Amino acid sequence: MALLEVEDLRVAYGKIEAVKGISFAVEAGEVVTLIGTNGAGKTTTLRTLSGLLKPATGKISFDGQPLDGVGAHKIVAMGLAHSPEGRRIFPRLSIEENLRLGAFLRKDPAGVADDIGSAYERFPILGERRRQAAGTLSGGEQQMLAMARALMSRPKLLMLDEPSMGLSPIMMQKIMSTIGELKAQGTTILLVEQNAQAALSLADHGHVMETGSITLSGTGEELMHDESVRKAYLGED
Amino acid sequence: MQDLPDQLANGLALGALYGLIAIGYTMVYGIVQLINFAHGEIFMIGGFGALTAYLWLPDGTGMAVALPLMILLGVVCAVLVAIGAERFAYRPLRGGPRLSPLITAIGLSLALQQAVWAFYPEAKKARPFPQLGGGDLDLGFVALSREDLFIFVSAPVCMLALGLFVAKTRTGRAMQATSQDPDTAKLMGVNTDRIIVTAFAIGAAFAAVAAIAQGFKTGEVNFRMGFIAGLKAFTAAVLGGIGNIYGAMVGGLVLGVGEAMATAYIGDVPGLEQFGGGSWKDVWAFILLILVLLVRPQGILGERLADRA
Ligand SMILES: Nc1ncnc2c1ncn2[C@@H]1O[C@H](COP(=O)(O)OP(=O)(O)OP(=O)(O)O)[C@@H](O)[C@H]1O
Ligand SMILES: [Mg+2]
Repeated sequence: MALLEVEDLRVAYGKIEAVKGISFAVEAGEVVTLIGTNGAGKTTTLRTLSGLLKPATGKISFDGQPLDGVGAHKIVAMGLAHSPEGRRIFPRLSIEENLRLGAFLRKDPAGVADDIGSAYERFPILGERRRQAAGTLSGGEQQMLAMARALMSRPKLLMLDEPSMGLSPIMMQKIMSTIGELKAQGTTILLVEQNAQAALSLADHGHVMETGSITLSGTGEELMHDESVRKAYLGED
Repeated sequence: MQDLPDQLANGLALGALYGLIAIGYTMVYGIVQLINFAHGEIFMIGGFGALTAYLWLPDGTGMAVALPLMILLGVVCAVLVAIGAERFAYRPLRGGPRLSPLITAIGLSLALQQAVWAFYPEAKKARPFPQLGGGDLDLGFVALSREDLFIFVSAPVCMLALGLFVAKTRTGRAMQATSQDPDTAKLMGVNTDRIIVTAFAIGAAFAAVAAIAQGFKTGEVNFRMGFIAGLKAFTAAVLGGIGNIYGAMVGGLVLGVGEAMATAYIGDVPGLEQFGGGSWKDVWAFILLILVLLVRPQGILGERLADRA
């Protein structure tokens, strides 16, 4: 059984169906990416997986357990961390307080302190500014904080929603190489990206979403060489 | 103006009292953007809870024993009612139209007044509240009554405890996170429902302390006392910048001092003689509110809305 299994998931905002029956799975140790244009339903899918939205129908199982009716704060406890679209750091809390909130449910202070140390090693700029309000960080630094914060729960699955959004090419590269490092360390990742090139080159599997449905699936390699993907998402004709 | 120190002390005591009640409005608003217009009634219930504790005690019990028990029962009653109101009146409406909780609050206020009346048939009339007794504390430039001393001690203690709680504890940090971004707080594992209940409970506890202070100050409690006190405290919260806990206290103090000064001295201004005296004091409070909001729409310590996004 895969770590995450999604079966015929439908999600609606009132009468508008944003996710129209999608199925996919994420195996432990894999990086899986969801790519697709604006409004395809990628964010809606992630917010449903983490319990912020209720599905209309469909089955989600995580680590062998069904997620229906489980509150968002309990899903984190099961090992599913979500770094949301737009970073959503807590602007008026310090960087360190943001990281501590990422470890909110952990009961091992020594382990938390270690992990804060590792976060500062991974992103030295966060360590230098640990007491500063997170809202004063640049966009790229906020993205680093959002990822580091999500990792603080020591998740079994890390969901990243458009980590490269709005970043300079250099920052984007930095973020993508961090995702590569996390993958090399064995972190299981579900990555939503508009930057299809970068996402597919990291991913073991990918799914293309269009207006609420998955229209194409394959390995990262296959999708990168698929003609329709190249046309639609990799800017080739 | 020789009695200026006295007027100032009086204004500060009144203001600290408004500030303590205002904390309840501002904390709940800061976390769920809800104005709990039944908060004045929760304040009133705190006062009656304290009075009940006093009446249960044998005659002649000293204040040293009675006061802690009065605070305890007043706080317990107010907190239980606030938790009940959150759970059964406000929570089911969360996520709905903004107007629904407002209408619920009005109904809830009336229901709470009637409930107190039912428990306390004599509550129709003002009930005499016990007095602290003992003489004034003479500081030389000003003599503080025991009643004012109660508020001058309890308000800073409450504020200090709250400030430490919010800044230093795990729950306090979760509370700040919830007020800044509730969905993301949930993603961290914060049970935001529990945070909201905590905010209601803290506000209710502070309101109960304020009700006891007011009982001492005015020598009575009555089942309508929540209306004007609630309105003043709400004014204080807006004045200070709603959502900001220190703003609530600053707003309360500015309001209390402004009200005391205007009441004491406006009648001395040539041409304004007819506006002197206590009957105009509520008017001054609201004029002050309007003036401050004209200059700083976000309140004295409030953030610009853009910073809250
Ligand atoms: N809160 C909401 N209320 C109503 N409709 C919404 C809401 N959020 C999203 N939608 C709609 O649901 C659809 C899917 O949106 P979603 O944000 O999931 O797309 P996305 O794939 O993440 O897009 P993007 O790449 O722009 O982030 C869109 O049509 C969007 O307009
Ligand atoms: Mg999105």
